[in-house]
Amino acid sequence: MTNVELGLPALPAPPYPEEVRARLAADAAELIGRYPQARSALLPLLHLVQAEEGFVSATGIRFCAEQLDLTTAEVTAVATFYTMYRRRPAGKYHVGVCTNTLCAVLGGDRIFEELQEHLGIRNNETTEDGTVSIEHIECNAACDYAPVVMVNWEFFDDQTPQSARKLVDDLRAGREVRPTRGARLCGFKETARILAGFPDERPGANDESGAGGAPSLAGLRLARGEALPGTPGTRVVSPRHEEPRHEEPRVEEPRHEEPRHEEPGQEGTEA
Amino acid sequence: MTSAEPAEKLLTPVLSASWDDARPWTLATYRRHQGYQGLKAALAMPPDDVIALVKDAGLRGRGGAGFPTGMKWQFIPQNDGKPHYLVVNADESEPGTCKDIPLLFANPHALIEGMIIASYAIRCDHAFVYLRGEVVPVLRRLHAAVAEAYAAGLLGRDILGSGIDLDITVHAGAGAYICGEETALLDSLEGRRGQPRLRPPFPAIAGLYACPTVVNNVESIASVPPILARGKEWFKGLGTEKSPGFTLYSLSGHVTNPGQYEAPLGITLRQLLDLSGGVRAGHRLKFWTPGGSSTPMFTEEHLDVPLDYEGVGAAGSMLGTKALQVFDETTCVVRAVTRWTEFYAHESCGKCTPCREGTYWLVQLLERIEAGEGVEGDLEKLLDIADNINGKSFCALGDGAASPIVSSLQHFRAEYEQHLAERRCPFDPAASTVWADGPRPGHPSATEREVHA
Ligand SMILES: Cc1cc2nc3c(=O)[nH]c(=O)nc-3n(C[C@H](O)[C@H](O)[C@H](O)COP(=O)(O)O)c2cc1C
Ligand code: SF4
Ligand code: FES
Repeated sequence: MTNVELGLPALPAPPYPEEVRARLAADAAELIGRYPQARSALLPLLHLVQAEEGFVSATGIRFCAEQLDLTTAEVTAVATFYTMYRRRPAGKYHVGVCTNTLCAVLGGDRIFEELQEHLGIRNNETTEDGTVSIEHIECNAACDYAPVVMVNWEFFDDQTPQSARKLVDDLRAGREVRPTRGARLCGFKETARILAGFPDERPGANDESGAGGAPSLAGLRLARGEALPGTPGTRVVSPRHEEPRHEEPRVEEPRHEEPRHEEPGQEGTEA
Repeated sequence: MTSAEPAEKLLTPVLSASWDDARPWTLATYRRHQGYQGLKAALAMPPDDVIALVKDAGLRGRGGAGFPTGMKWQFIPQNDGKPHYLVVNADESEPGTCKDIPLLFANPHALIEGMIIASYAIRCDHAFVYLRGEVVPVLRRLHAAVAEAYAAGLLGRDILGSGIDLDITVHAGAGAYICGEETALLDSLEGRRGQPRLRPPFPAIAGLYACPTVVNNVESIASVPPILARGKEWFKGLGTEKSPGFTLYSLSGHVTNPGQYEAPLGITLRQLLDLSGGVRAGHRLKFWTPGGSSTPMFTEEHLDVPLDYEGVGAAGSMLGTKALQVFDETTCVVRAVTRWTEFYAHESCGKCTPCREGTYWLVQLLERIEAGEGVEGDLEKLLDIADNINGKSFCALGDGAASPIVSSLQHFRAEYEQHLAERRCPFDPAASTVWADGPRPGHPSATEREVHA
């Protein structure tokens, strides 16, 4: 199948095989029906074709154009504007390391270097086995969990070089990993389908992981009179509706006197 | 200095109050926390009275500019025979900004209830949430919450027997900071490249599909139901006279306990640091942003600036998104500014020359200064280019790109000069990492993760 790798796709791009086209056309009709004007469904349709092939191919662009009565040039102009639409296939697990200023300074730069070295690939490349692609990404609205890594756009918060390396090793080995915020991973293509606007149908997926980690709850806990680590609170209360902690919260010790119990990040992501 | 008040008195969780309850993203839990009571109150009033109430309460937009929300709603022409639209801006991509995403993840119904009230007020029967694409867990919860609301008769035809109809479409973007700018967002939602539109006409007159449209931030809309449920006097009793109410402050960076702190407008960074455990142990505050990377940076001397629209403005910056990114003395300001500038260059939509070309050249200069290859005159050139972008660009992204450069040169010119003189960066990036001094006490380690798995 042709792609736009050289920027010069063969024209016209071949269509999808008829049964694929028919299936996608039904999906497209549903998406288009959600908007007062059909063209508004273009971004969802591009996610949809990305869900089919793992990237936006010339065939996918042709499909979108046909559904919306646009030219392929019009669709290409839109597809190339947005960074999430890929021109080359992503790995099954697309790993984004935030290297915007705050995450970068707190360790994101180091994590990204580490992953490139460890995997032997560079920005926007995919491992030979097709499992993992990496990309440095911009601020992902999770700075209070910095440094942040995304896998298929689920949150892996508070990463270290060690935890990130273990994460990609687990992904490549087919071991299950759980995001700190989000549901157990599905493949990049299935993720793109959710982005197109088709809800995740896996039972319980929406309820996986809590309402957020410690940063999301920090202010609320203080307001309840609970102490945060490193604050002179009077009471240390186990957060409600959560299991009690498995180890004593290290609350009272000032941090610089604290011995290094563990290599940071050695705690796994497979909790 | 220590705060006179204990944390319990300084903080006012409203939107975040249910986040530690069981599955707060569900309708059932939301209802236990006064959920959909604001909607009931609104439906018992004529729509214009709802607009007046929100206006009188003094709610101001939480997306950055602080425009009065009720006034924005009032600008929608009524009885014009055209459809009206509400579009919620959930693009949250300004570096440092991290409030809407945790809010939607924990409590999506707060937004949905606010959207129903706002739609009722402006007489709109189709509303949209434009969510940035890179946050699938949030998309999942929004899809589920909207479905729950339909099933409960809160969306669709004849909502709660009121005769009012409303559909909500959840729309995922595809990676473009500029789509947070409201007119670029509308172009994007119409299926185009996200490039800003010339204003006027403003979206209130010609927005989505050239129809009257309200574009509001997630937090602005989510703040509406509590105002309806508890009244405008309650709301005005919080915050300051011109910046009433509560808001989410997002503390990040070199602090002991990063996170969301919901407090009345006007709290100071000193108070927030005092109650939350301060700058990370053994370090000192160097610079911080009051509202994301586009707001001119502050230093230690600004610790007591009241974090409301007027206070921050008077001190020479902007409240913006209340994204308090804190950097300590290990951080190289040139590195920080270079990275932000790379961001603006990457995200510049290319529509206007000052921003498209200017951000490119700023990056060239900054990268060479950071690498120790800067030459005399580079700092003047930086300021000159920044000046040619600021106020001369088509949209506020350009102004935002100039902010970190101008403000950092104002506060830390000596550090830039040191890079030039020593022909190297004098900082060790390893010292700034979260693991530099061992695990941080606030670090949600394995225990926290197990709890959530
Ligand atoms: C470059 C740029 C990015 C923006 N990004 C966002 C954003 O992600 N979310 C948001 O609510 N407002 C953003 N804004 C502000 C919006 O243009 C608009 O003012 C806001 O959505 C209005 O909502 P409010 O009145 O409720 O604050 C951005 C503005 C600019 C110039
Ligand atoms: S200032 Fe930048 S982002 Fe805004 S219109 Fe001009 S080029 Fe586009
Ligand atoms: S800088 Fe990485 S999430 Fe904001």
